[in-house]
Amino acid sequence: MPVDASLPAVAGPTAPPSPLLSFWRSFRENRGAVMGLVVVVFVIFVAIFAHVLAPHDPLEQFRGFTKLPPIWVDGGSWTYPLGTDALGRDMLSRLMYGSRISLFIGLSVMVVSMICGVVLGLASAWFGGVTDVIILRIMDLIMSIPSLVLAILIVAIIGPNLTNTIVAVTVVYLPRYVRLVRASALTELSKDYVTAAKVSGVGPWRLMFVTVLPNCLPPLIVQAALGVCDAILEAAALGFLGLGAQPPTPEWGSMLADSRDLITSHPWVMALPGIAILITVLAINLMGDGLRDALDPRLKKS
Amino acid sequence: MSLLEIQNLTVEFKTGSGWFRAVDGVSFTVDAREVLAIVGESGSGKSVSMLAVMGLLPWTAKVTADRMHFEGRDLLGMGKAERRKIIGKDIAMIFQEPMSSLNPCFKVGYQLTEALKTHMNMDKAQRNARAVELLRQVGIPAPETRLNSYPHQLSGGMNQRVMIAMAISCNPKLLIADEPTTALDVTIQAQILDLLLKIQRDTGMGLVLITHSMGVVAETAERVSVQYAGQKVEEQPVKGLFKDPHHPYTAALLAALPERAHMKRLPSIPGMVPGQFDRPQGCLFSPRCAYATQLCRTQVPPQQKDLGNALCHYPLKDGVALGHPGKEKAA
Amino acid sequence: MFRFLLRRLALTVPTFLALMFVTFMMIRLVPGDPIEVRRGERGISPERLAELRHEMGLDQPILKQFADYAWGLLHGDFGVSIITKNPVLQEFLTLFPATVELSICALLFAILIGVPAGVIAASRRGGVYDQSLMGLALTGYSMPIFWWGLILILVMSNTLGLTPVSGRVDLINYYYPSVTGFMLIDSLLSGEKGAFLDAVRHLILPTIVLGTVPLAVIARMTRSSMLEVLEEDYVRTARAKGLAPYRVIGIHALRNALIPVVTVIGLSVGSLLAGAVLTETIFSWPGVGKWLIESIGRRDYPALQGGIMLISSIVIVVNLLVDLTYGLINPRIRHAR
Repeated sequence: MPVDASLPAVAGPTAPPSPLLSFWRSFRENRGAVMGLVVVVFVIFVAIFAHVLAPHDPLEQFRGFTKLPPIWVDGGSWTYPLGTDALGRDMLSRLMYGSRISLFIGLSVMVVSMICGVVLGLASAWFGGVTDVIILRIMDLIMSIPSLVLAILIVAIIGPNLTNTIVAVTVVYLPRYVRLVRASALTELSKDYVTAAKVSGVGPWRLMFVTVLPNCLPPLIVQAALGVCDAILEAAALGFLGLGAQPPTPEWGSMLADSRDLITSHPWVMALPGIAILITVLAINLMGDGLRDALDPRLKKS
Repeated sequence: MSLLEIQNLTVEFKTGSGWFRAVDGVSFTVDAREVLAIVGESGSGKSVSMLAVMGLLPWTAKVTADRMHFEGRDLLGMGKAERRKIIGKDIAMIFQEPMSSLNPCFKVGYQLTEALKTHMNMDKAQRNARAVELLRQVGIPAPETRLNSYPHQLSGGMNQRVMIAMAISCNPKLLIADEPTTALDVTIQAQILDLLLKIQRDTGMGLVLITHSMGVVAETAERVSVQYAGQKVEEQPVKGLFKDPHHPYTAALLAALPERAHMKRLPSIPGMVPGQFDRPQGCLFSPRCAYATQLCRTQVPPQQKDLGNALCHYPLKDGVALGHPGKEKAA
Repeated sequence: MFRFLLRRLALTVPTFLALMFVTFMMIRLVPGDPIEVRRGERGISPERLAELRHEMGLDQPILKQFADYAWGLLHGDFGVSIITKNPVLQEFLTLFPATVELSICALLFAILIGVPAGVIAASRRGGVYDQSLMGLALTGYSMPIFWWGLILILVMSNTLGLTPVSGRVDLINYYYPSVTGFMLIDSLLSGEKGAFLDAVRHLILPTIVLGTVPLAVIARMTRSSMLEVLEEDYVRTARAKGLAPYRVIGIHALRNALIPVVTVIGLSVGSLLAGAVLTETIFSWPGVGKWLIESIGRRDYPALQGGIMLISSIVIVVNLLVDLTYGLINPRIRHAR
């Protein structure tokens, strides 16, 4: 005795929300994530418009005004709101230009590792056998050398500068992406919808990049956000050790290293670049957490 | 006085898009020495209502009731520590999945004696002796060696026996069994049910049996409460229910029993239990009901006091829908 | 179990071989060999340079050099440092205890604070404790530790004068022989008054700096693992027994939740050593991390090769051990093998 099909469908109180809207809703619910997003947008804004916003040229040395304190300390001046460093360069301008470099490093490392990671990971999962073993062994090898030591070694070989910092950090963090893509691709490949696609004659390229890859994306997106943070921190560490961007480039890590001697006499010169790194990385991490919670249905409240 | 008395129990869960009502105004009582079966499809809120009694719902749940009394004591009103003295001692519960309901990191013996340690004044030797006795009681061979096994070393049926032993370890007055046989092999199911009923008869405890199978109900229960989409739609003694179901849902469930089928194909109930987003306006069963009219779809049905409290505009009596305008008008 | 062990061991062999080859090749690629560096020295003749080159085997074909190197490694010969003329292995072993001591302290610091913090956060999900603890954890996770170290020095040492700025021991007031290489133990063995306290004071800041990131990782991991476990059926069973919350959370849930956490801790040895490089540099801590950085600057090939080989081998072996001991805390795996 089936229900008459011509019955008017009874409208429920609410319709289930669309995936994107539901994603945004759960993201928005996480106050930290929204805060992170706001800060990230702000830092990106500053980075893009550094040449307009910065009060001075980041490299210009005001010899008469070295080691000026920031505005809230006695002796500060509005001309140099965050003070000046040992060579009389305006800290605020240097920090603003520094955000360009840090974000550039973070994003380039993320994009390059993402591309390499997806290609290698999918190749590893799809071909299996020897390809898989070789790729995995290489990744194991990279991971067995402590990250910073490997990065230092690479930079030492190819020379310390901005581009090489990116190369070094990319190599160091590549295994995470490769293993992640491989693992989720393997999980997806064993699922029924992939079999169905295979049976219906979908070619391998289309199968990997159109059928499987989108389903591996959620963890990859989260890894990408975290990867930007790792890259920024690692690049700053290299800069701090004098192996990253070379002076006078206003890179946060090397700014810190330059001001190490001023730690007792003029602590703010040392403190400010670190605060900039911390806030940027923290904001991206907050955002990444929000992304993960919103993308991972298991953690959703239900 | 009833052992357990529940009036107008409602449980709501906080979800990403508002509150979802899993249990909606359910009332029932359980007496000592009685077997009450709660029947319904998955999603009908039968487990949730019993978890609410146990106080085991997650923090996203909101439980309200006019009355929730155990032996005359208000379960909702009392403090958490006081309630924990009742839970696990006087009221015990066993669950659907024996394999995942036992902690994989601890030995059977440890888990079995834990409740004894908490609720009974026993020393270690007494607890061990009691554990062996319990395992023997639930029919586990070589109980002494089993105490040192991990749950994954035992079969599903064995684990469910351990769960039963754990539940009855403190001589509870009320045992709630949530689909105790669903996850087990068919051959084991009857054994476990028989074991539960035997223990219930021997100890004189009350037993609430949650199940989705009318077959199980027929073999075990004295009284049956049928739930649908969080509401109790009918309650009757088991004989009356099987002879003369008053709610179309009960009737449809019974018609789906293989023993009762008089057609070549086994009848089924079309559609699914409504979820959060497709809750109908009037009678919740109306989208799937063969008798549904415009009235059913718009008006919340009344409780038919004389007809097993059936929650229906047109309750069935001897297979006839009382007051129904007729098939033609139904469409 | 035995076959599993063999398979895991067999898998690490190619990694070791590749490691040997890669470290060897990479270091040859560093521009400017150690002889080039000495060319600027006054009074050094081209003949002397060629002689030095020959002494170090740098005039041999590169494959021959590699074969010699690999042969030496198999016999435990990691070469001789160009700068100090000491065997690399000996130098490494002298410095390694300092790194181990620091790493163990940092890990203990991270575990002893991280696990309880994660448990508290999980059991108070969404509450004030949860939010503030996890906020702190994320801050620690985002911390540029070289900056963190400098800030701590600024506050604790320079302003408050509580802790020393660098090194492992106050050499002016205390001198005692190195027996184990671990200052905490050696200072106790020496019986000198105040020596132990001095060693502890030197350890505090480096421990905090090196332990901050692992602490954050462990706290976050414990929390998410706990949240997952708290949803499990057996936790419901435990609560259905009427057990007190501390028993449900502290025994039934925690035991299961710690399984992935222990794995994470074990696998974090690599990142711990990476952090040690920075920490040791900041605090002039005489360990292998600082030594490696200095070796790069000095183009000390053998020291670098040997050092990276040794450190990476330790990471590989520790990861292997973590895999193998995994079963100890997870009975399901123990019996499955």
